[in-house]
Amino acid sequence: MNTIGKAERPEGGAGPHSTEFEEAGIRVRRALATFGPDEPLTLDCGVKLSPFTISYETYGELDATKSNVVLVCHALTGDQYAASTQPHTGKPGWWTSMIGPGKPIDTDRFFVICQNVIGGCMGTTGPRDIDPSTGRPYGLDFPVITIADMVRAQAMLLDKLGIGEIFCVIGGSMGGMQVLQWAAAYPDRVFAAIPIATAARHSAQNIAFHEVGRQAIMADPEWKQGAYLAHGTNPAKGLAVARMAAHITYLSEAALHRKFGRNLQDRDSITYGFDADFQIESYLRHQGSTFVDRFDANSYLYITRAMDYFDLADDFGGVLANAFKGTKSRFCVVSFTSDWLFPTSDNRQIVHALNAAAAKVSFVEIKTDKGHDAFLLDEPEMFATLRGFIGSAARAKGIGA
Amino acid sequence: MSGTTGHIDGRIDLELIAEMISPGSRVLDVGCGDGDLLALLQSKKNVDGRGVELSQEGVNSSVTRGLAVVQGDADTDLADYPDDAFDYVILSQTIQATRNPKEVLRAMKRIGRRVVVSFPNFGNWRVRLKLLFDGRMPETQSLGYSWYDTPNIHLCTLLDFAALCDDLGLDIEDAVILTGNKARRISNPGTLANLFASDAVFLLSRRN
Repeated sequence: MNTIGKAERPEGGAGPHSTEFEEAGIRVRRALATFGPDEPLTLDCGVKLSPFTISYETYGELDATKSNVVLVCHALTGDQYAASTQPHTGKPGWWTSMIGPGKPIDTDRFFVICQNVIGGCMGTTGPRDIDPSTGRPYGLDFPVITIADMVRAQAMLLDKLGIGEIFCVIGGSMGGMQVLQWAAAYPDRVFAAIPIATAARHSAQNIAFHEVGRQAIMADPEWKQGAYLAHGTNPAKGLAVARMAAHITYLSEAALHRKFGRNLQDRDSITYGFDADFQIESYLRHQGSTFVDRFDANSYLYITRAMDYFDLADDFGGVLANAFKGTKSRFCVVSFTSDWLFPTSDNRQIVHALNAAAAKVSFVEIKTDKGHDAFLLDEPEMFATLRGFIGSAARAKGIGA
Repeated sequence: MSGTTGHIDGRIDLELIAEMISPGSRVLDVGCGDGDLLALLQSKKNVDGRGVELSQEGVNSSVTRGLAVVQGDADTDLADYPDDAFDYVILSQTIQATRNPKEVLRAMKRIGRRVVVSFPNFGNWRVRLKLLFDGRMPETQSLGYSWYDTPNIHLCTLLDFAALCDDLGLDIEDAVILTGNKARRISNPGTLANLFASDAVFLLSRRN
């Protein structure tokens, strides 16, 4: 797994590296920005992280006035490959349904940026990278990061790129948390914000699920207190179990029933054993085993922790509305009826707070049985809403068609 | 509660409401449908407008027009709004479709300094005659549904509405009734107005 990580870095030296290519009618730039000792990232935990790198992609062209920037924030196990083929898996980007020519986030019109989050494992500095003070991979010596830290790092990259205001910041799940953090921390830089299937604070149930995942990783003897890279081991089994448990929470009972029911996997009858008799078992095992090829176990610990710690109101005297006080940004909140991980009630709390802050807010609850993952899937109603919202916001900002 | 459930000429209704709104004010349109009234108020009165709408189609159309509209239900979701958040809260041709009109009005009074309500008048002479002579549930221009499929579950007359307003501590600041397609300003809803109005628009304010 670590070899993949190293191959991923474009030489890992100083200064922004980038490659450019055309894919599916999109101008893709794949780049790495390095922040030297003179530009540390100040983390919520008090540590100044330095040096660090941010791996990111851009789609489309920045207009002359730099007014057409759309920042896409990825979810827990997402990455910067939102609309281009993921180089390690060879699979399409995770949001090709949303981003592209003529799509709701139209790459012929907008300059789209997607960054791997701090703590991640796709080229942005995370626990897998070398700790300059020891010369060994950070492992658990990597400082605990927060959603605010992720957003702070993203803002530093935009500063480096000379981008002030963002036309639109958008993301689902943990990406939605970053959207909220952006709107609260940098209200003057956000023209429009689209938090999808998210919450202003992580619920007890969600923290509980994350803890199950983390304990699965830590229970794997190959985890070695987080120092598996130094030991040459890989806690793939623990990480796979974590992924399997989490994956269930991304779906819904109705979707599981529709897709799998009690169907058996490549057999006519049950085997009276513990093979994957049922299709759902086989599916989950597959999800687990493919995940470990592209994700780092310690990154999973750190990023789930960042989500657990997220409680936006906490930074504003316990009143969420204060996080958005005086905001000029316009918001479009989206939730899904069958999402039990970030249910509509969580999203409505955001709407409630935005109303209390007299913000311009739209909200739509999409009817679907696809659960939390619906934001990544083909949901025509979601596309229609977002196309309308983004289009009208672009008109309001005077971005050309 | 998806937008206009009465059957009067929508434009007249919207124009009458728009006349009651001061320019530049903050407005919440409850049951805003496709956002026609909000769009009209933004262009004519330069209001800072928000909407609540139950139907997905209505929300999508409104959002596409650049309006800030939240999917929600007048009966349950007005609780999300703080006190005094708006100068006007509008309920256009919707009150008769709510489950609890009294609570909806009470919430509107809390949220907005002024309340605007338009609704079809069940006291209209045509309605009365239909029930009297046909012995069947009235279907009129303003009430174009059969009894079994009507969304209008809480119909009232002008006098009923005025009594409820009085009960809730809402004063009638302005009232306009429609007879056919003619609008007429009335000082107070009386017996004659209750007989001839097919629809009415009320501007209400909190009693001091």
